[in-house]
Amino acid sequence: MEIINSGERLTVMLSGEIDHHILKSMRGPIDAQIEQHTPRQLILDFGNVSFMDSSGIGLILGRRRIAESFGGKVFLRNASGYVEKLIRLAGLAHMLIKQEVNR
Amino acid sequence: MLINNYIRLVIPSHSRNEAFARTAVSAFAAQLDPTIEEINDIKAAVSEAVTNCIVHAYPDHIADIEIIARILEQDTFYIRIKDKGLGIADIKQAMLPLFSTCAEGERAGLGFAVMESFMDKLRVTSRTGKGTSVIMTKRVISKS
Repeated sequence: MEIINSGERLTVMLSGEIDHHILKSMRGPIDAQIEQHTPRQLILDFGNVSFMDSSGIGLILGRRRIAESFGGKVFLRNASGYVEKLIRLAGLAHMLIKQEVNR
Repeated sequence: MLINNYIRLVIPSHSRNEAFARTAVSAFAAQLDPTIEEINDIKAAVSEAVTNCIVHAYPDHIADIEIIARILEQDTFYIRIKDKGLGIADIKQAMLPLFSTCAEGERAGLGFAVMESFMDKLRVTSRTGKGTSVIMTKRVISKS
């Protein structure tokens, strides 16, 4: 996982497998960055995610709650195939973006 | 030849075993020659059921989770995941999408919804104080 701060936007490059166990060590670093930078846009990038279960949806919902409390918006980028199927099942399709949003 | 082949796996409910459980079951399912998508569906369903055992059945101690995976006929994959934990008082309610008993709000409440939509059949039986058993089947359309 890599977190990139570029002013108004915070990008979290998620990678590997996302499940309930892995999430325990993922949330802290992401939340610390959100709270420090209070970004207008939080991008969660799923391009390098090889597996995800509904814990990943919990990750999205939890980060959205924090980002929105600072007036930010959350977008889900590069979710393909299987991850996209799960995001759609959770009713979060409106958060999906295929490519870069305007800087 | 594939008929009646099965695995029986007993693991303690450490969360680090979530990855092992889904990988082991999907490795066994490979005998049915599933597509990548079917493998992912099975992995996700197992991950959800095992996580439920860890989070809900045994919230404050570690105990055994039993996983049986079986190949039925030539093309049907059967999985049973069983715990001897707290049990579910209201199964109907527990299976509602977005329903979660987790107060901290980091669980999406989608575990059963994922199992239901990624597998063909799902049956949940539970007794309060005795445990829960989740049985799922999926027809695998062989690539070859």
